[in-house]
Order: sequence, then structure tokens, then C-alpha cells
Amino acid sequence: MRNPQLNGDGELQHLLTLEGLPAPVIDRILDTALPFVSIAERDVKKVPLLRGKTVFNLFFENSTRTRTTFEIAAKRLSADVINLNIGVSSTSKGETLLDTIDNLVAMNADMFVVRHAQSGAAHLIAQHLSATERPHIHVINAGDGRHAHPTQGLLDLFTIRHYKKEFHGLTVAIVGDLLHSRVARSLIHGLTTLGTTEVRVIGPQTLLPAAVESMGVRVFHDMRAGLGGADVVVMLRLQSERMKGALLPSAGEYFKHYGLTVEKLALAKPDAIVMHPGPMNRGVEIDSAVADGAHSVILPQVTFGIAVRMAVMSMLAAN
Amino acid sequence: MNIEIRNGRLIDPRHGVDSKTALFVSAGRIAAVGGAPAGWRANRIIDAAGCVVCPGLIDLAARLREPGFEYMATLESEMDAAIAGGVTSLACPPDTDPALDEPGLVEMLKHRARSLNQAHVYPVGALTVGLKGENLTEMGELTEAGCVAFSHADAPLADTQVLRRALQYAATFDYRVWLRPQDAYLARGGVAHDGEVATRLGLASIPASAEIIALDTILALATETGARVHIARLSTHEGVARVRAAKRAGLKLTCDVAVHHVHLCDIDIGWFDAQCHLVPPLRGVRDRDALRAGLADGTIDAICSDHAPVDDDSKQLPFAEAEPGAIGLELLLPLTLKWAHEARIALPAALARITTEPARVLGIDAGHLGPGAAADICIVALDEAWTVTRETLKSQGKNTPFLGLELAGRVRHTLVDGQVVYESAARREGA
Repeated sequence: MRNPQLNGDGELQHLLTLEGLPAPVIDRILDTALPFVSIAERDVKKVPLLRGKTVFNLFFENSTRTRTTFEIAAKRLSADVINLNIGVSSTSKGETLLDTIDNLVAMNADMFVVRHAQSGAAHLIAQHLSATERPHIHVINAGDGRHAHPTQGLLDLFTIRHYKKEFHGLTVAIVGDLLHSRVARSLIHGLTTLGTTEVRVIGPQTLLPAAVESMGVRVFHDMRAGLGGADVVVMLRLQSERMKGALLPSAGEYFKHYGLTVEKLALAKPDAIVMHPGPMNRGVEIDSAVADGAHSVILPQVTFGIAVRMAVMSMLAAN
Repeated sequence: MNIEIRNGRLIDPRHGVDSKTALFVSAGRIAAVGGAPAGWRANRIIDAAGCVVCPGLIDLAARLREPGFEYMATLESEMDAAIAGGVTSLACPPDTDPALDEPGLVEMLKHRARSLNQAHVYPVGALTVGLKGENLTEMGELTEAGCVAFSHADAPLADTQVLRRALQYAATFDYRVWLRPQDAYLARGGVAHDGEVATRLGLASIPASAEIIALDTILALATETGARVHIARLSTHEGVARVRAAKRAGLKLTCDVAVHHVHLCDIDIGWFDAQCHLVPPLRGVRDRDALRAGLADGTIDAICSDHAPVDDDSKQLPFAEAEPGAIGLELLLPLTLKWAHEARIALPAALARITTEPARVLGIDAGHLGPGAAADICIVALDEAWTVTRETLKSQGKNTPFLGLELAGRVRHTLVDGQVVYESAARREGA
């Protein structure tokens, strides 16, 4: 099965998932992102790499934060950015997802940044563009259902590389709601591809998907055991609706078992870093003392996120 | 009209026939097998050299989409597909709109089908009104209108009290009840098998226990009520084991599998191929292998197409939102032959799964070629390869995971009640 996001030369055509993305491609994205971090520190935060290009931020699911980071990234690359918050209303008006895409293609879009509540939505769009022979248009998956959030995964990898230099020898623990998390899926694929020594997932059975160990991770239900000797701790956001549907009894009990406190973090390596994709639920999955503490790299993640998205956009535009 | 079919390899699983034998058709029925009847004069001779001559196929599940879903398919298009696939009798599930829960709807469907003069249509009535799982339909009236069995199609039937009473009522009059085992709660929202693939793709999943629990419930209620139950669309290896054990224990039970599940598993979903969004979900390799073993040892009686034409707009959506189902009327025969070839099953035994056995499930006198039987016949060139494309398919729905695949086994002629209702284009040119 051909990887739908690589073109015939093995170059990035779309960014849909980190699964199956070769390590050299991931490395190149991370390397490309490096200089973009320093651009953000300059007075003039703009480069002309996407000048004359039109980027559509297509958000079928609301997310001000992710949309904003993509918007900033595109604007710093000098692209014209159009934000469309489509929500669920347009599909209920009868226009299908692909109709929407075709209309925007007719407006000469060069790149789509797509957020959608359904797993596979970005793949569907990429396949449609390929089937209708419009290979010059690129798709970036900004989160599809529970499936993937590759730019988040890349910024997490960038952050880990920034603080830990190498993936070999690292133990990374991902804690919380793996079942619903596209962030976790993307990060796991990235970490295993780059040769991380041990990737652990920690959570109750109700929040771990079936056969999750097949993704190359070690499963822990006991957070204290799972954090033992970890170099990196990634906390996942717990949506409040998980208390419904019998997945969890209460936020309080969840915090007791799986919330990250200073005391639990002490079980990890002394120089462990703590990450979170945001937005955080303080007191649910993470204690404020940890979120704001010395181990936390949560805010640098946000800064790196813009650089990584600039790197992805500029590489796609060049291919 | 007298038709003589000569030079073909005649396979009639029910009568144990597998030999190069001529078949004589007169007045819509099989007049003789082997030697011509006295004073025989053929109006037409079909040379079946190089072909297998077998009973017309009987499909236990083919959605014709009428009434209510004419944008997906019509009776005209799907009956064309049926005869092109060698299917001469088909049962249609009640999941139309409105559901087949009133005699008038059933009569209309029968009437429409008869006027097309192609395959025989056997409606399966809704077990509950509107398939809502609350009130029983008028099974007596529906039977008189032409329903051969009652089912809940793919609609959830969570209330076991309703299910038990439906089985009791059906047992009273010896009506057949077809049930697809799936626990309504465990299946809620799920679109793929609970395994590695769903985990990787982030698809909401349906655990195997959804089938096991429902199956255990059905088996307990069937034992208790004595209802004549048919298990539809088995999908898990645990399910196969349970049906096998129940049959060994003496429970009168029949069972089918959809032809897609004989060949595919969840890995075939690839990168969200909505053609593989099926009901029940494609399960693991182990499940598929168990289904094949169940077919081989007779635990599973019949293979059906589970034909479900879907329009492109309803299929070209993200996986979970795409309308589930795949077409199969034209693929049932070649895919059954493919299974027989791969699993080294003798041709008569394989063909029995799509002729004799489904006839037994339906309780109709069809699916065999004994003298006096209705002349529903399929003539197929076993080795003729063809490629499944949008153009080669007659069904209005072009939704199948097998698009682009080359399959062996092409229907040359289909006869219904002694009339040639289908001839392949290539054959006509040569004749």
C-alpha cells in the first residue's frame, strides 16, 4: 500500500499522519523548523517562502488555538490566509465535504489545513485531490477525529529533541485518555520511528484502545510504576464528557490515579520534562505546581509549534 | 419453448450430479437430465462446452432499495445485476423506507418484481413495526402477502423481552426468524472491529463480544421457544464456535456469512477505504479463517451477497460517516469460486452454499435441477476472467472493495423459469 502522503519521489505531498513517514523525512522537518524558531525572535518575523500562496484553514471542528498557530505560521511565511469555521452547519445544509473542497479549489487554493471531527477526513480530501489530478494542492491534517494530529506530534518531537538531544536511550511516558487521543497516536508513531528506546502508555483500561501494544508501546495501569525512570512525561487532556458514558467515575478519582503531581513526578528522572498538548485542565490531569514548575516545557511547546508548522508548510510548498 | 443445454459440466449438488450431461428444459421446468424425453424437439440449443451448468444462485440478502432509497438503486437496476450474476432467487431484507412491515408494501414489491420477469424475489418481513424493536408486525398477514421469513435487518433490537415474544409468536405458526447477532449497546457508534486496525486509525470499534453476547441470547431464546432461527452474517471466530456447538447439541439452526467476510478482514480498510465499511464490521484474519473453516465443515450453511448498493455521495465521506455496505449480486459466484479454489473445496460442495443450502434456509423448492423442478439455471464459464470495474457492473451501486480486481468465473446464461433472461455480451456476438 503506497503511503498517500508521499509523492512518486518520496517527498512530502501532504502531511496526513506520522505513521509510515520515514525517519529521514521527520528529521528533515525538525531540522527545517530550527531556523524558524529564531525568526520568531527577530523584529521582522516574516520570510517570503509562501508569498502569493493561499492557505485555507478549514476547521470543521472548532479550535481557536490550533487555528491561530497555523494562521501565524502561514502569515510568517507571507501566505494569504483564509479562515473558514465550517462547523457542522454546512454539512447539514447538504454540501458534502468534497463539494466544499471543490469550491475552494475553484478559488485557487494552494494548501488546505483541515481539522475535522471524523477520523480519515484529511485522507479523504487528499485522495479526492489525487483522483481528480490536482497534485499541486497540499493538505495538512490539523487533527482528524481520534486518528492523527501530525503537526502536534512533530512539535512534541521537536520539543523532546530540543531538551534531550537524542531519542535513543529515552523513556517516554504518555498518560491519560489514549483512546480518544489523536495527539497520542501521532506522537507514538513519531517516537517509534525515531528509535525511542521505550514508549509507555499509562491509563485505565477504559481509556486505552484495543491492542494498543501493537503500536509498539508498553502498557501500564499504575501511574507510579509507569513514571519510574521516565525522561519525558506527556500528559493528555481529559475531556469533561468522559465522565459520561461510564468511562470514568469522576474527575476527582481520575486525578487521584492519573493526575500528575509533584510527588508522582519525583518518580521520573530528576531531569525529566513534562509536556502537555493543551489546553490543560488544571487539577484534573495535571497539578498547577507541575504545570508551572521547573520541569514543565508546556509553553516552549507552543512556540516550537509555530516553527514546526512553518517548516511543514514551506516543505510542502517546495514539493 | 424447449431448450437443450448440451456439452456442459452439469453440477447439481442436491442430487449429487457432477458430470458432462445434457439438460432438457420444457415449459419452464426441467424435462429431463441426460437423455432427451420422447419426441424431443429443441427450439433452442445452448452449447455449454467449457462451462458449468448449475442451479441458479439463491441469495439470502440482496437490498433492492425499494421503497425509499431509489437514489441508491432501483428494482430494475438490481434485478439486472442479479441475473448478470446468475442469481435467480433472492431474499430482500426489510430495511427499506418504510420498512417492510405492512402487507401492502410486500405485495407492491412482489408485483413490481414479477412485472420485470427476472429473478424471483422473496421479501423478508420486518419482525417489529418500523424495525423499532417495540411492537410485533402482523406476521400472518405478511406471510400471506409473500414474506418467507422475518428479520430485524441491521436495526438494533435491544429489548430481549420483545425478542423472546417475537420468537414465541413466530414459533406458534412456524414462521422463520432471521437474526443478525449484534448487541445493540456494545455496537453503538462503532464502525470497525475492535482491534489493531481500529486502534491505529482511531475508529470507534465494535468488540467481538457484541456478536457473542447477542448470539448467546438468541441461542438461549431459540432453545426455549423452539423458534426456527437463522443466524445471519456471522463475523467472529467465537461466533462460529458457538453455532458449531449449538448445532452439535441438536438445535435446529441455520447460518450464513456475507461473501465479503469470506475474503476480507479489517486490514483491508487500509487508509480509511469506505468500501470496507461493512455491517457487521470486517474482523481479524483469525475470524476470517474461522468463517472459512465454518463454511467448509457445514457450520455455516450459506454464503450470501449482503448486496447493498450505495450512491457515490453517500460513500465518499469520512469512513464513519459513509453509508455502510457493498454490492455483491454480481460477485457472489466468482467470489465463491475464488474461495473454493483457495480452500480446495470441491465445486459441488462450494456451489451448494449458494444454491441448495440457501434454498433450504428459505424453505423453497429451488436450487436444484431434478426433473420437474423450475428451470432456474446458471451457465458459467469458470475460467473466464473479468475485471470488476464501474463499467462491468450492472448494479446502480458501484461500491465494492473488489473494484479493480480480476476474478475468474463469468456468467454466460441465466435462465429463470425456463426463459433465457441473461446472456453475456461476448457470448451473443459469437453466436
